Amino acid sequence: MADHAHVETLALREQFDTAAQQKDASTLGMWIFLITEIMFFGGMFMVYTVYRSAYPDVFAIASSTLNVYIGAANTVVLLCSSLTMVLAVRAAQLGQKKAIVTFIVLTLILGFVFLGVKAYEWNEKFQEHHIPGLSFHLEEVAPGLQGQAQLFFSLYFAMTGLHALHMVIGAGIMFVLIRHAMQGRYNAEYYTPVDVGGLYWHFVDIIWIFLFPLLYLIDRHLKG
Amino acid sequence: MITAAAQEREHYLNASYGLKSWLLTKDHKRIGLLYLMTVTLFFFLGGAFATLIRIELLTPQGDLVSSDTYNKLFTMHGVAMVFFFLIPSIPATLGNFFLPMMIGARDLAFPRINLLSWYLLVIGGLFSLAAMLAGGVDTGWTFYTPLSTSYSNTWVILTALGIFIAGFSSILTGLNFIVTVHRMRAPGMTWFRLPLFVWANYATSLIQVLGTPVLAVTIVLLFCERVFHIGIFDPKLGGDPVLFQHMFWFYSHPAVYIMILPAMGVISELVSTFSRKPVFGYGFVAFSSVAIAVLGFLVWGHHLFVSTQSVYAGMVFSFLSYFVAIPSAIKVFNWTATLYKGSISFATPMLYAFGFIGLFTIGGLTGLFVACLGFDVHVHDTYFVVAHFHYIMVGGTIMAYLGGIHYWWPKMTGRMYPEGWAKLSALVIFLGFNLTFFPQFILGYVGMPRRYHVYPEEFQVLHVLSTAGASVLAVGYLMPMVYLIWSLRYGAVAGANPWGASGLEWQVSSPPPKHNFEETPVVTTDAYDYSKVMGEVIEVG
Repeated sequence: MADHAHVETLALREQFDTAAQQKDASTLGMWIFLITEIMFFGGMFMVYTVYRSAYPDVFAIASSTLNVYIGAANTVVLLCSSLTMVLAVRAAQLGQKKAIVTFIVLTLILGFVFLGVKAYEWNEKFQEHHIPGLSFHLEEVAPGLQGQAQLFFSLYFAMTGLHALHMVIGAGIMFVLIRHAMQGRYNAEYYTPVDVGGLYWHFVDIIWIFLFPLLYLIDRHLKG
Repeated sequence: MITAAAQEREHYLNASYGLKSWLLTKDHKRIGLLYLMTVTLFFFLGGAFATLIRIELLTPQGDLVSSDTYNKLFTMHGVAMVFFFLIPSIPATLGNFFLPMMIGARDLAFPRINLLSWYLLVIGGLFSLAAMLAGGVDTGWTFYTPLSTSYSNTWVILTALGIFIAGFSSILTGLNFIVTVHRMRAPGMTWFRLPLFVWANYATSLIQVLGTPVLAVTIVLLFCERVFHIGIFDPKLGGDPVLFQHMFWFYSHPAVYIMILPAMGVISELVSTFSRKPVFGYGFVAFSSVAIAVLGFLVWGHHLFVSTQSVYAGMVFSFLSYFVAIPSAIKVFNWTATLYKGSISFATPMLYAFGFIGLFTIGGLTGLFVACLGFDVHVHDTYFVVAHFHYIMVGGTIMAYLGGIHYWWPKMTGRMYPEGWAKLSALVIFLGFNLTFFPQFILGYVGMPRRYHVYPEEFQVLHVLSTAGASVLAVGYLMPMVYLIWSLRYGAVAGANPWGASGLEWQVSSPPPKHNFEETPVVTTDAYDYSKVMGEVIEVG
């Protein structure tokens, strides 16, 4: 019985010989998944690069209508959530079961704060008629350049939207981790899901680190 | 007596029964069979569309179907065959079944994700099937903008959504294979002892993992453009329709190698087993797979020679495309060299392998024709291109797929297929294939454009030849369907290693036990070492 319980906590699946092999496989699997994500977002970044280099001035003007302060504050929120995630992994390594739960809950809360702020920003765009396809109009640019300005906002919504979708999926992962952590499944020997979930969370964070300057800050050099 | 023993012994097929034991299975072997059934269904669906196309082309007038229907037929033929048959065919069926066994593993690294990927293919397939039943889609399998975003009134979104979902199936299979090859190899199974089928599937997985997400994001943008008119691909709003072609081919050219690389892996196994020699230049063949995977990402622009791409870009893409010929030729030469002084047996899988080598060589060499800027301008969008890629995909991939199915059939089912019928079908398929597609090279060269169902009368003779060949080909494809199912019940019981092959999958009983190996094998020799396989050859010469 004791043996059986031991296997349960380690959750060693039948296709693996050792716990180390299983952990290696899970971690490698997540890294490869993140590579596919880089290619996925990479397609978006490529489209962004093409159109920004085609219409640099319109993109800069359109970018200047975004609220830099809200964007920057949200960046800080997300960075903090990465910190709490790292602390959760550290707590898992040290086998501090309560701390794992606390830090993942904090991560989740910060994630929701980010999404809430994002929703507020999107709502503003709705009121300002900056939604592509729905009577789009940007006052700052000439009537002939509306299409190009709309391209900027198309990319803004596509990129931040996909990012937010990944945040929502990340929140789902955090929910599962919290439930399992509260059941006491993770300890110093076995915490692979926390580790792998953390990798995903940091990745989504890093995507935002690229999105923020590319979407919010590109008019800075014009002002300077 | 052997029969009775084989029936009583527990293996993966009789370990549990019932629909649930299949639909919720995590056994890579059962999932391989689920894939086999799914892709076979789509193969015959795509085949049905092809049949209608060939019947329509019997006469120069459009008398069977309208132009609009014809557009839908070739589109749905392409969608069914490319996304739901060719891409999953070899990796997801034979790869799923045999890759873990070949490296001495009990299963793939992530069995649940493996099952999920099958469900994703089925769900994606159902979306696309629903689009076909609702009235079809007419943009061509390439979904070029602005036709697909602004002008087509057919089920573009539903079909594309199906492809999007099936793409995740492909990504997850690739991910699973990569992790499995890295982390699940048996003791002593070093990278350079891996069977070449594993190398080929590994290279394929790299493309699936790196290429498919780009297709996914392209479909997302296509969706946004068609539904919200956001302007990404619309020149009126500052967008660029050719950008779609770049993004589409960034995936879809490497996807050609998703289709052909696993086939090459099968051929390496077949040529070695049936000439009882190690593959000549193992390292070169292994690395040529990886080289094809890498080079495949650098050549997409050869689809855009006439799509406003700059001449200089065209020259670079043309030059890079020629490079793909080097690893491809290495493989063909090395297979041929393997045959030299081998004790060759002409069993059915070997007949398919010979068919593959010949047809792939023709398909590959005509690939060099169309990679050449000047020549491509002449044959672009003609039947020459159609013939070229059918020589690769049908003459190459499907020949290897069928060869692999015959080769591993005894292992998968525990039964032998009827050798006489199988040889006949291999011959019928080879002849039917050439009669179908060789005339298309000539048709294209003299000016028959693709995707038209009304054509000048002087092309009729060649079209009739092609349709006649297609009928022969159809008979050839139906034959294995019949006798393989027949063999499940009436075929001779197969031993563990009917071919005297060297791989680990042949060292366990047929059909394999649920967990493949009673105890993890320890590998002490290189791949294709026939010195340890004694006295099991059933046929010599």
